[in-house]
Amino acid sequence: MPSPNDRKYTTSHEWIQVSGDNAVVGLTEYAVHAIKDIVFLELPDTGKVLESMKPFGVIESVKAVFDLNTPLGGTVSEVNGALLNDFDPLAKDPYVKGWLIKLSGVNGGLTHLLDSVAYDKHCAEDAH
Amino acid sequence: MTLRETPLNAWHRAHGASMTDFGGWDMPVSYGPIAEEHHAVRKAAGLFDISHMGQVWVRGDKALAFLQYVTSNDVAKLDDGRMQYSLLPAEDGGLWDDIIVTRVSAIEYYVVVNASNAPADVAWLKSKASAFGVEIDWRETEAMFALQGPQAQTILQGLVSAPLNTLRYYHLRADTLLGTPVLISRSGYTGEDGFEISLPPARAAQLWEALMQAGKPMGLLPVGLGARNTLRLEMAYALFGHEITRTSNPLEAGLGWVTKLDKGDFVGRTAIVAAKEKGLTRRLVGFELVDRGVARDGYAVVDASGATIGHVASGAPSPSLANKCIGLAYVPVAQAAIGSELLIDVRGRSLKALVVKTPFVPSHVLKN
Repeated sequence: MPSPNDRKYTTSHEWIQVSGDNAVVGLTEYAVHAIKDIVFLELPDTGKVLESMKPFGVIESVKAVFDLNTPLGGTVSEVNGALLNDFDPLAKDPYVKGWLIKLSGVNGGLTHLLDSVAYDKHCAEDAH
Repeated sequence: MTLRETPLNAWHRAHGASMTDFGGWDMPVSYGPIAEEHHAVRKAAGLFDISHMGQVWVRGDKALAFLQYVTSNDVAKLDDGRMQYSLLPAEDGGLWDDIIVTRVSAIEYYVVVNASNAPADVAWLKSKASAFGVEIDWRETEAMFALQGPQAQTILQGLVSAPLNTLRYYHLRADTLLGTPVLISRSGYTGEDGFEISLPPARAAQLWEALMQAGKPMGLLPVGLGARNTLRLEMAYALFGHEITRTSNPLEAGLGWVTKLDKGDFVGRTAIVAAKEKGLTRRLVGFELVDRGVARDGYAVVDASGATIGHVASGAPSPSLANKCIGLAYVPVAQAAIGSELLIDVRGRSLKALVVKTPFVPSHVLKN
């Protein structure tokens, strides 16, 4: 299924939806499927200042550890803490209920990010 | 290097398995979520393709004397059809492999070795065989399945000739599976009741499919190496390359029960006795992580100052324990007692862990 075209993507499979100075960040469906068995999630505290394209958390499967990178810098204004005890919303609905963090004071341009078409192409190549 | 393939390779791929290089073999990690496959084995049944395991026959009048010399356990204790967990020690007291030895008859033994070690094991055995005049027959392409779980016997009984309730734990016998001659043992690597079946590769795909069909109504799932690992880790069974290696001492690894120092001379005995007399410095222990996180293979066990004092041999979230992180670690003897507190460096953070009793979950193998 094509990725939603209302947001931007990183090659490391995070998505970001920006509105003004605020943004929501999550993990793509492709990534969630690739990780398959989520067993551990670590998210930052609110108030933490994040740098663009740097890790803000960790997601682990039975087999491996993956960094979560923020597509843009900003301050963590909200964390989807419910996910820490129940990965289901992330596994089943990563674009809506499974969001990871919200940012305020978002900074930086979007030029380093992919649109949904470019991201889907990236995934198709990744799968080979 | 081209990966070797089992006769079920096409089946695994056709059923959506994610595949990995395991000891030079192209093997399925899982077909769906690992946890589902894990729970299927604990609650119903799972079918594993373990055709990568090395199957070696040792034949000759002096087969017993030979195996007493090259393995650590007391082979003389075996009757026909009995199996024994054992080790292949090296001269320096390290380990070539962990193995299962089965007595077929007084002059024929069947040895199952790990896939990745098979070529080296066989070369090693052959180098020692001539002095005993025994034949080492490695059937490289022989297939093998494991059918594990509380429903395993019910599923298998419909397809074999002999009544399985007379086959005891760690015993093996010849039988026919849908007319094909096979070897069936009550054994496995999961802590559940179950069977391992050695069969001709030409019949593997057909018999696999027949087992899957027979087991489907009872909840049978195909199971990959991902759940094979979490299942064995919950039982604290050793995995070569993790708990035991070429440089392991079997006593440190808690394998003194299969290292019979009083059975007479065997390869590595002198070195193992010397290490014992010098005093062991580290021990393999089971741990549970107290802090949230996952302590993975190779992570350091540290002291309060952050200095490395040991390492995690295997660590993973336990599907049977709501994904609580469990593992096996080498720690200094002073910290090996049940209830000792450990610190494990999880990517820069020292997380608290407790030394606990193993197995982590109760075993359901049919001891009798």
